Amino acid sequence: MTKRQLLMKRYIFPVALAFSLIVGSVSVHASEEGGLPHAGTNVQDQASLQRGAKLFFNYCVGCHSLKYMRYERIASDLGLTEQDVMQNLNFTGAKFGETVVSHMPEESAAKWFGKAPPDLSLEVRAKGADWVYAYLNSFYLDPSRPVGWNNTVFPNASMPFPLWELQGLQTAEMKPAKAGEDPAVEKLVLSQPGKLTPVQFQQATRDLTAFLEYASEPAALQRHHYGIWVLLFLAFFTFLAAMLKKEYWKDVH
Amino acid sequence: MANEVVDHGRRRFLTATTAVVGGIGIVSAAVPFIKSWEPSARAKAAGAPVTQSLAKIEAGQMLTVSWRSLPVFVLNRTKAQLATLPQVDSRLVDPKSDGASADQQPKYAQNEARSIKPEWLVVIGICTHLGCVPDFVPEIKPEPFDPEWKGGFYCPCHKSRYDLAGRVYAGVPAPKNLPVPPYHFIDDSTIQIGVDPKEAG
Amino acid sequence: MANVFTSIGDWVNERAPGMMPMYRAHMTEYYAPKNFNLWYYFGSLALLVLVNQIVTGIFLTMNYNPSAAGAFASVEYIMRDVEWGWLIRYMHSTGASLFFVVVFLHMFRGIMYGSYKKPRELVWLLGMLIFLVLMAEAFMGYVLPWGNMSFWGAKVIISLFGTIPYIGGDLVEWIMGDFLPADATLNRFFALHVIALPIVLLLLVVLHIAALHEVGSNNPDGVEIKKGPKGNRWDALKPTDGIPFHPYYTVKDLVGVGFFLLIAAFIIFFAPTFGGWFLEHDNFIPANNLATPSHIKPVWYFTPFYAIVRMIPSFLGSAVWGVIAMFGSIGVLFAMPWLDRGKVKSIRYRGTGFKVALGLFVLSFFMLGAVGAGITAEVIPVWFGDIDVTFWENLFGRVMTAIYFGFFAFLWAYTYFGWEKTKPVPERVTTHD
Repeated sequence: MTKRQLLMKRYIFPVALAFSLIVGSVSVHASEEGGLPHAGTNVQDQASLQRGAKLFFNYCVGCHSLKYMRYERIASDLGLTEQDVMQNLNFTGAKFGETVVSHMPEESAAKWFGKAPPDLSLEVRAKGADWVYAYLNSFYLDPSRPVGWNNTVFPNASMPFPLWELQGLQTAEMKPAKAGEDPAVEKLVLSQPGKLTPVQFQQATRDLTAFLEYASEPAALQRHHYGIWVLLFLAFFTFLAAMLKKEYWKDVH
Repeated sequence: MANEVVDHGRRRFLTATTAVVGGIGIVSAAVPFIKSWEPSARAKAAGAPVTQSLAKIEAGQMLTVSWRSLPVFVLNRTKAQLATLPQVDSRLVDPKSDGASADQQPKYAQNEARSIKPEWLVVIGICTHLGCVPDFVPEIKPEPFDPEWKGGFYCPCHKSRYDLAGRVYAGVPAPKNLPVPPYHFIDDSTIQIGVDPKEAG
Repeated sequence: MANVFTSIGDWVNERAPGMMPMYRAHMTEYYAPKNFNLWYYFGSLALLVLVNQIVTGIFLTMNYNPSAAGAFASVEYIMRDVEWGWLIRYMHSTGASLFFVVVFLHMFRGIMYGSYKKPRELVWLLGMLIFLVLMAEAFMGYVLPWGNMSFWGAKVIISLFGTIPYIGGDLVEWIMGDFLPADATLNRFFALHVIALPIVLLLLVVLHIAALHEVGSNNPDGVEIKKGPKGNRWDALKPTDGIPFHPYYTVKDLVGVGFFLLIAAFIIFFAPTFGGWFLEHDNFIPANNLATPSHIKPVWYFTPFYAIVRMIPSFLGSAVWGVIAMFGSIGVLFAMPWLDRGKVKSIRYRGTGFKVALGLFVLSFFMLGAVGAGITAEVIPVWFGDIDVTFWENLFGRVMTAIYFGFFAFLWAYTYFGWEKTKPVPERVTTHD
């Protein structure tokens, strides 16, 4: 048989194997993540990031820092002026070039909540946008918890829910209890509406998640832009190199 | 067997073109590395302008403020201290700051008092000889290093002397007057060091 | 203008006359077989990645803080505050993973075409040493960001040495310089990763290429061109089937470089974490000695070896057997030139048994990787429902471990007892015209 047929025969097995492996693992991950709703965030949507920033600084920075983000960076990346940021977002009294540090004292917070509110600079990179989005949508009233709230995505979280005014009050409908097992949540229902409709609230949490996704990796806004040019350049260079190779290899018989 | 004739012209052209494009690639790739040496956001934030209230600085008193890790002397000069300035002109290297020290201050500080408002001296306290921080010696009385001392700054390292406007005396190692940083008055009792009045206005 | 260069060249030549002959010996008059195929790109690509790691590594070191207190924050400083720091970081992390992709393919080429056989055993041994040093270098590099996976990965791997009888406990403490991976560990790993191992690596690479050039390159047909006819269009005394490395293979490798950079650039700019395979999610959480990640796994390129460790059970009260097996899985590769008694080099002319065995070897390597990465543990319940995951994963992993080592045992027996039926090897290389 020809060289080509020989090559095909030799490589078809490992290639098919590798392919099925990749497909298998991807499908497994997809179905595993099937438990989490798709966040649908888009960090390239500047308006979404701006809304998310507003939500973060109004509802979250009281307890949570973004210690690796600078106000000045948020301004330039989100298309806001220094005045916008310093007047409408900066509630921590920091200078424009400084980082976003919550004034919640860590030791007191650990005492009040049982655990100091973690810094959120890398939360989306560590847990994934889908997880954060689901978390924000899954709080429910739970009188058995010290803070009065619980969360189906992160059971027994020490965090009270700051967005209840917007979402309204969610409560849990429990599954029929099995003997000897802890009660499990069947589903969450909105027992009291908030300022936003459910669809509006999902958009709000999407925006907030998008902002946190941006905060996890501000460079994401730039790398796509540079990437296109780099790929185009490299494609052009490879083409030239191939022409050069072909020319010289005319010598080789 | 393909053609045996080598088209050298084509080879030179293709080699040159690939080399040039490759060269552009390498230079472009070098740019981020070279730029990574520029001051980072953290350095820029630390080097940000500093706002200082003048309210608590009494006449004759000096406060040292840190700006970009440099000591900035903020001195509230008395009338008597201001009067000494023309008296020492003849003993200075560049009394009008338009000679050797022409580049040591912004235009708005190129005057006898080397300041925007005569009583407020704002000057970087780094000796123009080799970089020590001079001592503040305001008393108008004879000193061991100068029997006709009219007050000013004395550098202990190599004995350079400056008057109460930071102007350097002749015959000392330091060549230039103390530098004046960009600064402006936010209001009558507050200055911001690091920004010229034009930029701020 | 050209005169300036020629006169400088002459000046140097007068004082260092050995340089031009060296250039000729290794570039323009190093005759390599003319039938190199796709598999022959990976050596030069490995060299390219090595240069990338060194250059990006130097610039990362300029801003990295090698203390347990400051390391994690310094990496984020590089990613956010340092101009273009994010790009330099991604080039380094992507390069590290691509280094192993390239090196695995490079080694596989050697196995396929019998490049480890006489007279190239030394080239192979040096290459295997490079592989070992590279694994150490990569392991230490991964600890430096001091994320939670850095810490726990370090803890687990270092504690493997604790299984060595008698000296294990002391050895682990000696490696860490503390009772757990801590500042002392990080600092010494930094020194080793940044300067000590790179110097060793560079030295080994020089020796590896020098050893190769002494005997000349192999080729996909496994035919020694030096034993064939003499005389080609460039030199009447050199092998007919050889071509000067420069310009023919320099220009061909340039195309390989172009394609490789396209792939690398795509990953760097559009998928730098590669779905969590190149930069793991848990490593974006600072090191926490009180909170183990839910799935500790090494970076993907260590997963097959990690699986082997886990698959060998404890015997006689010691878990050291798994560690021995793990080092053995690499050690057995050192022995290839002596295990393989066959006279035919290239897979193209070897017996069917060899091809099947090699295919199974590749399969076992991938499957062991899946076990080590925790993929089998995830997949088993999804595909087979509520069954004993540990039991079936162990069974699967042990079968794959047996196949992995079985390849070497089979290869030895197959060639030693003469069971292999080879095809006739051609006299001359078969070109791809």
